[in-house]
Amino acid sequence: MKLLWKNCKGYYPQLILGPIFKLMEAIFELMVPLLMANIIDIGLKQQNRDYVIQQGWLLFVLAVLGIVTSLICQYFASVAAFGFGASLRKQVFSHILDLSSKETDAVGTSGLITRITNDVNLAQNGVNMFIRLATRVPFLLIGSIVMAFQIHAGVALVFLVTTPLIMASLYWIMKRTLPDYIRIQQKQDELGALAGETMTGARVIRAFSHQKQEQRQFATAAQKLTDITVAAGRWSGALNPITYLIANLGIMVILWAGAKLTNQGILLSGDVFALVNYLNQSLLALITMANLIVQFTRAISSMRRLEQLLDTPSSIQSGSQPVPAQGTASPLLALSHLGFSYTKDRPVLQDLNLTVPKGQTIGIIGGTGCGKSTLAKLLVRFYDATEGEILFAGTDLRQLSLPEVRKQIGYVPQNVNLFSGTIRSNLTLARPDATDDELWEALRIAQAEEFVLQKPLALDTPVEEGGKNFSGGQRQRLTIARALVGRPSLLILDDSSSALDYATDAALRHSLRTALAGTTVILISQRAATLQQADQIMVLDGGKMAGLGTHKELLDQCPVYQEICLSQKLISTLPTHAKEVQV
Amino acid sequence: MKSEILKRLSSYLTPYRAGLVTATLAALLQVIFTLILPVLIGDAIDCMTQSSVDFSRLITLLWQMGGCILLSSGLQWWMNIQVRKISMQASQDIRQQAFDQMNRVPISVIDQTPHGDFVSRMVNDADAVAEGLFQGLTQLLPGVATILGVLVIMFRLNWFIALVVVLVTPLSILFARFIARRTRDLFRAQAEAQGALSSYVNEMIGGQDLIKVFGRQQTCLADFEKMNQTLRRASHWAVFYSAVVNPGTRFVNNVVYACVGVFGSLAALQGGLSVGTLASFLSYANQYTKPFNDVTSVLTQLQSALASAQRLFWMIDLPSEPEDPENALSLPTCQGAVRLDSVCFSYQKGVPFLQNLSLSVQPGQKVAIVGPTGCGKTTLINLLMRFYDVDSGVIFVDDIPIRRIKRSQLRSMFGMVLQESWLKHGTIRENVAYGNPTATAEQVEQAAKASHAHGFIQQLPQGYDTVISAGGSNLSAGQKQLLCIARIMLTRPQMLILDEATSNIDTRTEMLVQSAFEKLMEGRTSFVVAHRLSTIQSADIILVMEKGQVVEQGTHTELLAKGGFYSRLYHSQFVRPDSKPAG
Repeated sequence: MKLLWKNCKGYYPQLILGPIFKLMEAIFELMVPLLMANIIDIGLKQQNRDYVIQQGWLLFVLAVLGIVTSLICQYFASVAAFGFGASLRKQVFSHILDLSSKETDAVGTSGLITRITNDVNLAQNGVNMFIRLATRVPFLLIGSIVMAFQIHAGVALVFLVTTPLIMASLYWIMKRTLPDYIRIQQKQDELGALAGETMTGARVIRAFSHQKQEQRQFATAAQKLTDITVAAGRWSGALNPITYLIANLGIMVILWAGAKLTNQGILLSGDVFALVNYLNQSLLALITMANLIVQFTRAISSMRRLEQLLDTPSSIQSGSQPVPAQGTASPLLALSHLGFSYTKDRPVLQDLNLTVPKGQTIGIIGGTGCGKSTLAKLLVRFYDATEGEILFAGTDLRQLSLPEVRKQIGYVPQNVNLFSGTIRSNLTLARPDATDDELWEALRIAQAEEFVLQKPLALDTPVEEGGKNFSGGQRQRLTIARALVGRPSLLILDDSSSALDYATDAALRHSLRTALAGTTVILISQRAATLQQADQIMVLDGGKMAGLGTHKELLDQCPVYQEICLSQKLISTLPTHAKEVQV
Repeated sequence: MKSEILKRLSSYLTPYRAGLVTATLAALLQVIFTLILPVLIGDAIDCMTQSSVDFSRLITLLWQMGGCILLSSGLQWWMNIQVRKISMQASQDIRQQAFDQMNRVPISVIDQTPHGDFVSRMVNDADAVAEGLFQGLTQLLPGVATILGVLVIMFRLNWFIALVVVLVTPLSILFARFIARRTRDLFRAQAEAQGALSSYVNEMIGGQDLIKVFGRQQTCLADFEKMNQTLRRASHWAVFYSAVVNPGTRFVNNVVYACVGVFGSLAALQGGLSVGTLASFLSYANQYTKPFNDVTSVLTQLQSALASAQRLFWMIDLPSEPEDPENALSLPTCQGAVRLDSVCFSYQKGVPFLQNLSLSVQPGQKVAIVGPTGCGKTTLINLLMRFYDVDSGVIFVDDIPIRRIKRSQLRSMFGMVLQESWLKHGTIRENVAYGNPTATAEQVEQAAKASHAHGFIQQLPQGYDTVISAGGSNLSAGQKQLLCIARIMLTRPQMLILDEATSNIDTRTEMLVQSAFEKLMEGRTSFVVAHRLSTIQSADIILVMEKGQVVEQGTHTELLAKGGFYSRLYHSQFVRPDSKPAG
């Protein structure tokens, strides 16, 4: 609820006045049956033509007042609701940008997107509906009951029977059908998955001539969906008939009791008529209220989810120290007993020690899941080490100003990602003031110059979301160029040449070596050939360091490294003396 | 156009003719009973206007009312269930046809259809058709019947007041029309703003690591806020305008009510109308306007159902793969000799791709296809499997042009393992037995053992009965590939098409995959899109492709000696620059 008040700031008048205007409309509406009863009982009984006309005008005036007040309310409602929504959405988005990977991993990308779209929309609809209906509907319901009691308390007891009965049947049917709707949703998802599978597997399905079986399987799943939907419809379809039945049985009772009372002269026929009207009105109000409750429940659970997200603080906080100037003497980067785990007791990295002098190229190799990429993520502080520390230019990474550190680092992630825009807008992410010459220089080093030059629009070539309009290899080279534009002192390449063909990969390695002589490079790869020329290679196996040294040294001493090279046919047999060392 | 879709859509209802006719009868009866009720209530009130109540008449009326209420609600329920069944079944028939057709279209169509779009047609559009049919059938007919019935009754009760109602009511429809036209544009603007914001958020959350690395949070937030405000304004006006509809129709209803009240009372004063009739009139005035609103909203729903139906019909109308010719051959055995004779092929008319490709492969030979991305390696697979047909030239298998062989049989002669391992959502056993569903448990296990998959399968919680989640996310890429190999092991085709994966398999699994591949290839004609040196070296023919052309063809030693494109590739990737190439 604190979310509500905070984000409604500036909309308090609308939030309070809206329901008041709506209440006024409801009051006007409630007066209609009363006036009509008067017309019947006074105007017609006394044969008073003027009274009828006068009351008729009053009915018309009420209608006009009704529409005016309700329009004012609707206006206020949409101003406040969407103002609230926009403010909330901004707050959520800004918070998401602040969170570290640890927190966003927990919710997941699709979860975050759902929060900011669906959940915010549901919350704002909740506010909108609240202003528009939260006063009107209960007021109409209670109002019609009160009015009925004013006419005759005894007959009005009928209301106290029909109202709970209708409520109970609404509740029962909703409760009965809710699990069905969840199952329908599941079946629909299943069907969608089946359909998607047929698309992705079209070649395999045809290779095995399995089309008929796929069609049968789809038909079975679809038939199940149909059956469940029909079964659910049996109960949801009962909603209208049942409420109609209860309300009209109530009317029969009113007529019977009313007849007895008019016979005794206690009630007038107009009164009976008004009672019938009020019962119908209460029925309408009840049905609206049921829908309203469903909407509110959804809005509230959305708001809870948002609150939970907003209450999660970011675990990564920027330090305050500026990055010290880097002398050539001190190492640029050092790992000291570095350890990390995503979940307790399941270490991903353990006791890593490494010193990286300025200008060196470090290779990191190991199989999938050995912790290579995690190490890269620790260096750019997507996560913080759970043990030991990372020293950047001699200072603990956590004490340094985060934006400054990140400015010094060029990071090329394993999952290449380009933003929609142009090649230029992607390249200038790190340094918006980079000149075209600098961009071309970066493209040249990253072996991307040739294909960008071939595009008629060159740097202004549009990039689709995720860079879909470029091949995997082109995307990788563009992301490398993007990192180079920032003139990093530390360049981290996480498996960044996996989609390149042999020749381009070799050319890229060559140009990185020559053009970035002063830059410290961390090269992560599964391919030993890519790392051969590194100054030091760190071999990771199950999160532990299995070896550290040059290619030659590791070939001699490190069994894990030998196995890797052997499997990649980089060497044909083990060096003979290495076998002796092993034993 | 629209009437054509409607005609076609209704043709899907013809099989359910009998059910529809009875449902229609039920609907008409229900309308009649619902309409009689206010007359009975009016008569009942009339019983009370005399000085003493006519109880015997009242009791008869109450009995009649009770019957009406029961029959009306019962019929409504029954019809609801019937129509739900029919509409779901009809929409399922359309969906199944569309799905079946998707299994018959040429692969090129599947390659060009976004998968998400297809899934959405299968789920959302089919759902919209079912809902549209349901609403249309349950609301449209009863709605129109109610309007006509009310008109008849009102004119019979008092033609003058009926005329007043008939003249005033269309106001509300005109008003709703006017607003609807206005809001359509506003809602489109809102949907666009929401779409733009969603895709922006999607992209930024997906790439938030990069945003952080490049320190772009503020710019990103500013861009977001611009879209956020656009969305706020668009939603505000769209929702406000649409929120005008309800008060507007309520206003018209109230005016109608006032008119009927006044004119009715005046008529009653002149003795032309009883109080009870006035009461019935008032409730008819309400009942008369409601179906108008219902019918309008159903019409919008029908429109969207028609649009959805059209999207499904579009799929049904897609051309199928050309049928096998009548005299298509069904070969009893296959030797595995493959010959390509000046084959030309292009994906796009006027953009030639493969040109004059000729190749002769003896039974049991191994062909390695090598070359940079986009050189035409996968195209060759497409042509061999007849996923695409050649533009000119002929492909022979055992000296028979493949166009003369039954397509399903041709495909069964090849075993195919693609780079992207496709597995079905189902158990491991089902997946291994995919090509031979009648295989026994031992046969499945044997195939798994032969392809080195048995080991990891046994370690899974349910062994061979472990369910592979959609997309196989609970298996590693290497494990998935092993399963795909096992799948082929079970069918033992004479020829193989293998597409080696480039990366993301850890060393140990990689060795297993390689050895499984080798076992599979023994004695079989194989086409391998190769990335591994060992595969290439041991091939009988190496096909070096570039830009759709075979630039070189020969064995490893021949090609190295030639010193062309292949030898350059070989040296840049597989040989250390500082060492002499082997041999």
